Amino acid sequence: MMIPSLAECQEDPEALCRTSARTPRRVDRLVAGFRTVRRADMAVPGGLLPVRPELRPILPWGGLRRGSTIVAVPAATSVMLGLISAASAAGSWCGVVGIPTLNAIAAAEQGVALDRLACVPDPGRDWAAAVAALLDGLDIVVAAPPGPIADAVADRLAARARQRGSVFVPYGTWRGADLTIETVRSTWYGLGVGRGRLRWREMVIRAWGRGIASIPKEIKVWFPG
Amino acid sequence: MTAERVLVIWCPELAPDARAYESVLVAVEEVVPAVEVIRPGACALAARGPSRYFGGETALVERLTSLIAERCGVHVTIGIADGVFAAGLAARTGTVVPAGQTLAFLAGLPVRVLGRPALASLLRRLGVRTLGDYAALPAADVLTRFGADAARAQVLAAGGEIRPVVPRTPPVELGVAQEFDEPIERVDVAAFVARSLAARLTTVLIRHGLACTQLVIEAETTTGTRLRRAWRNEGPITPGGIADRVRWQLDGWLAGSIRGGTVTPAGPIALLRLTPENVVPQLSVQPGLWGEPGEERDRAIRALTRVQGLLGPEAVTAAVLGGGRGQADRVRWVPLGDDRTPASGPVPASGPMFGPWPGRLPAPSPATVYAELLPATVRDARGDVVGVTGRLAVTGYPTTIAIQGRSSVRLTGWSGPWPVDERWWAGERARRYARFQVLLADGRAFLLHLSGGHWGVAAYYD
Repeated sequence: MMIPSLAECQEDPEALCRTSARTPRRVDRLVAGFRTVRRADMAVPGGLLPVRPELRPILPWGGLRRGSTIVAVPAATSVMLGLISAASAAGSWCGVVGIPTLNAIAAAEQGVALDRLACVPDPGRDWAAAVAALLDGLDIVVAAPPGPIADAVADRLAARARQRGSVFVPYGTWRGADLTIETVRSTWYGLGVGRGRLRWREMVIRAWGRGIASIPKEIKVWFPG
Repeated sequence: MTAERVLVIWCPELAPDARAYESVLVAVEEVVPAVEVIRPGACALAARGPSRYFGGETALVERLTSLIAERCGVHVTIGIADGVFAAGLAARTGTVVPAGQTLAFLAGLPVRVLGRPALASLLRRLGVRTLGDYAALPAADVLTRFGADAARAQVLAAGGEIRPVVPRTPPVELGVAQEFDEPIERVDVAAFVARSLAARLTTVLIRHGLACTQLVIEAETTTGTRLRRAWRNEGPITPGGIADRVRWQLDGWLAGSIRGGTVTPAGPIALLRLTPENVVPQLSVQPGLWGEPGEERDRAIRALTRVQGLLGPEAVTAAVLGGGRGQADRVRWVPLGDDRTPASGPVPASGPMFGPWPGRLPAPSPATVYAELLPATVRDARGDVVGVTGRLAVTGYPTTIAIQGRSSVRLTGWSGPWPVDERWWAGERARRYARFQVLLADGRAFLLHLSGGHWGVAAYYD
């Protein structure tokens, strides 16, 4: 009977559950070690929304944690869509505020369910009020701030998201986020000189944040999925 | 039962749309009081009285046809015969069947006009092809062999009328209004008023056994400004939904005046009127048009409707995909709650996502699409602006691009021209342009349009 090592448990949290506990003391030691290293994983308040497998490594919780604020730095609309696509396809309601240039076809190609996507392309001066109202009812709210946002307003929106268990994704510069996701570079393949067409690109995405995620992580992802 | 003379008006153009057909009914009701709606697109009325009044059945037919053409601008066909069933069939061809000859008229029609396909196919296989043959069969045998419904159909085929014309009652006025001695200025007073007025409207609707899918909220301020907003919903609006919408709408109007924002009620509200439109019979369960009703969906719709109250119903939109070549052509943003069939026809629910559309840009689609083309210039190695000849050859290999007047960036890849030539027969609405995909040295990729010698950036693959 093989008890997984600590390293294997870090890679795959389910591994421990699959073994049978025939040697309780070793299991206890393993579980204790497991607990100290991955405390964030063990208790995720409110639950997680699913995310594309390729993007899971940059999210410290393995998914979109409800109540968190994840900033997506422009210009990376595809990354933002990739972040919300799995959750939307699984049944979550998403709202997009302040991005009038969003292309619904690209969203649908990534897997976003258009039945459950609502857009407010131009919120006008009531940006914060509209975002707050959407955070009350939708699972994921992507909002592009129209300009610099006062800290008080930012904190209030983040607190509202935390309270209602929605995921708030500011699309722009934002202070005090749980996680910030940025595109370092992207390389397109498929287009030649006078022939071919854009087919795939390899994007290097970096994420950093506070707490568990304070160490920046970089991954390479292929878009489209 | 002896059959009476019945006139049926059939309007094939408006058949699917009950709302538009209402205008036809209103026009007819001016001339003839008692009209029955058989289904949207067809209505029936007793012909004896009106034909005596107008001096003959042909005169009546002409009067009605011209009246409807004048008022509603649609072409209708009218038929008169003994009985609603025969008159309906006569209306399809615009025949006036003289009294007593209905039997002969019906006898020649095929059995499929009975509207019972299973029975019709069975009868055809047994050799009974026309209504005349069917009517000639012994009634008792038809009843025992085919059942009661077929026996009823046989009576219809024989020219007997099952039931008389039942006129519809003209629509009742369903709006509620309230004037305020002290005009409303404060949001909490507005909330209270909204609740009470919504309760009154709900009572009226329930008394008539109706629900509405569209609600019109009108207000008049002390300075005489009139405000109006129509709220649409995909299904019937619940009583709670009516109260919510009125409250959010008042919030939006009053808040606009308090902050002096772009929405400008010029003052406090003195009169409030609610009018339900698109009333439908109240049913206990309505299938959700946004998918299965569920708590999450209700919560989401509530939040979205609240934002509509703050910013206006057009502010919250959902995407409807359809066919088209350009990226912007394929997406239509409709306000929440509006009808979501695409302009190019319904998209199949399953199967390949968007169906074949020649000339469509292939996946992956750019994530950012600009409503207006960003001006740009593409030059070749010699510095001349690149163009496309009539035979779709480029005049030079694109080497640099300058977007919106900024500094030139070198191109590391390009492809095209992919031509689009739409509506060439339509004069001003014709569009002719060539599409290019370009890759810049800094890694960005764009979709460009070249039209009439001018380059523009249509989309950004970000």
